Amino acid sequence: MEQVAGPKWKKHLPESVIKLVLFSCATLSIFTTVGIVSVLLFEAILFFQEVSIFEFLGSTKWTPLFSSKSFGIWPLITGTMLTSIGAMIVALPLGLLSAIYLAEYAPNRVRRVLKPVLEVLAGIPTVVYGFFALLYVTPILRQISGDISVFNALSASIVMGIMILPMVSSLSEDAMQAVPRSLREAAYALGATKLEVASKVVVPAALSGIMAAFILAASRAIGETMIVAIAAGQNPTFTFNPLVPIETMTAYIVQVSLGDTPTGTIEFKTIFAVGLSLFVITLGMNLLSQYLVRRYREVYE
Amino acid sequence: MAAIPRTAFQKKLDHRKLKGHIFYALCLIAIVIALAMLGALLYNVLSAGLSRLSWDFLTNFPSRFPERAGIQAALIGSIYVVGSAGILAFTLGLGAAIYLEEYSNRNWYARIIQVNIANLAGVPSIVYGILGLEIFVRFMDLGKSVLAGSLTLALLILPIVIIAAQEAIRAVPPSMREGGFALGATRWQVIWHLVLPYSFPGILTGVILAVSRALGETAPLLVMGALTFVPFAPDGPMSRFTVLPIQIFNWVSRPQEGFHVNAAAGIIVLLVLLLSMNAVAVFLRYKFQKKAQL
Repeated sequence: MEQVAGPKWKKHLPESVIKLVLFSCATLSIFTTVGIVSVLLFEAILFFQEVSIFEFLGSTKWTPLFSSKSFGIWPLITGTMLTSIGAMIVALPLGLLSAIYLAEYAPNRVRRVLKPVLEVLAGIPTVVYGFFALLYVTPILRQISGDISVFNALSASIVMGIMILPMVSSLSEDAMQAVPRSLREAAYALGATKLEVASKVVVPAALSGIMAAFILAASRAIGETMIVAIAAGQNPTFTFNPLVPIETMTAYIVQVSLGDTPTGTIEFKTIFAVGLSLFVITLGMNLLSQYLVRRYREVYE
Repeated sequence: MAAIPRTAFQKKLDHRKLKGHIFYALCLIAIVIALAMLGALLYNVLSAGLSRLSWDFLTNFPSRFPERAGIQAALIGSIYVVGSAGILAFTLGLGAAIYLEEYSNRNWYARIIQVNIANLAGVPSIVYGILGLEIFVRFMDLGKSVLAGSLTLALLILPIVIIAAQEAIRAVPPSMREGGFALGATRWQVIWHLVLPYSFPGILTGVILAVSRALGETAPLLVMGALTFVPFAPDGPMSRFTVLPIQIFNWVSRPQEGFHVNAAAGIIVLLVLLLSMNAVAVFLRYKFQKKAQL
């Protein structure tokens, strides 16, 4: 193949031009990454020239928009952790059970209908989930308990859990489908019930894929913006109480963008420091997820 | 010998079977909860917003009075920004996918690009907003314009387009390429006349899904600096703009009930757009699968 194309190569100048154009398209993705990293680093370094990194990582007060400024990122991190962990508490059991149902129990016809319907949940814009959280889930929660504020992490977590559920179920199901039939049949032949096959054979065999799905979903929850910006509030509070208003890293970036903060001020530069923290956390989780899939993939031949 | 363990075994077996039934019920409950949430969401949006939908709502500009407000500026803004982002991402993404699948021979550079694309797909969308604000709005001095917005969204959906196009191209059987090469075609002739026509429906499906993702994005454009109140339709690439999700966000954030109704009506329009795009994608995939079976 190469030999036939090889000698003609020099006669075809257009061929090499085309190759160069396509090569540049592919290289653009490298530039995107370089762009993201350098923009965040450059502006964050400017920020850290004015604010010490020890205050940033050591203080638990975040008030850059007030007159007495304090730049401790922990309230934003606890806010982000609160909503993301809450979302995972909703999405993990529901997503895993749905995945087991789809992979082990559902007849083929049911699965072919259910899977795309569940994936509709993943395709709904996040601003719609924000609307749903603030105007329907929160009022219901407030009827159950009067202690819940209008803006709270609980409502945002529940709705965000529903949003990432299809991601958990779809990726876990793919991992379970990849477990060879013979393993299941061996377990059935030993007299195992369906639950025992699912919980003692299929899930352990697919565990690396399932873990990867969980981590990807968690990283998605950490980076999710509109639900928390609408429903969780804009009060950076160092707390683990899900019933009061908090603020996540993403919601803070939105808050600054919506205000008329002049570019170049220290208030404006905070979004790059926060953005860099967000980028590092999600990148770390994505790499971990890819590593898990590669390292612990069980190969059945 | 059989008599003694049998009863103990039977007891245990009943217990195990019961546990299995309970687990099955739990699985069903999980699915039902997920579907019920979807149903509740759609029902609430429809019951709140359906009565507000009218021709005036589609053609009016935003207003301080909820009953006079409409989505014309946001709708046209969305079509401009997302449409041009889609065209950009389609061109660049297809080029990158062809390079990776047909030219690179999986060398070290292609592997780096591949890992890089996988990671870019996991970057939170709000970070792309920061990138767009710094590179397009400030550094390239495009302003908070339609052009800057569509460039930002194009970068955001580029990894999705590349991955989808790669899968479609990979599905083309190697025998097809070999047939082309055997007839003396150049690499590009093989790609243009054989690989692309065969994989085009698959690529198009991926592009449509990526564009529907862009249509629902709010955060990157907010951070990039799209407006939240725009009483005019954008008239060119340098015009300022808003998009439908940002208009919805603006209405949700207001305290008055009337604006919440508007938000619900705007959501219905957005979901109808998304659903029809997805229907086209499903239709294409179906046609493609039928063709592939022949």
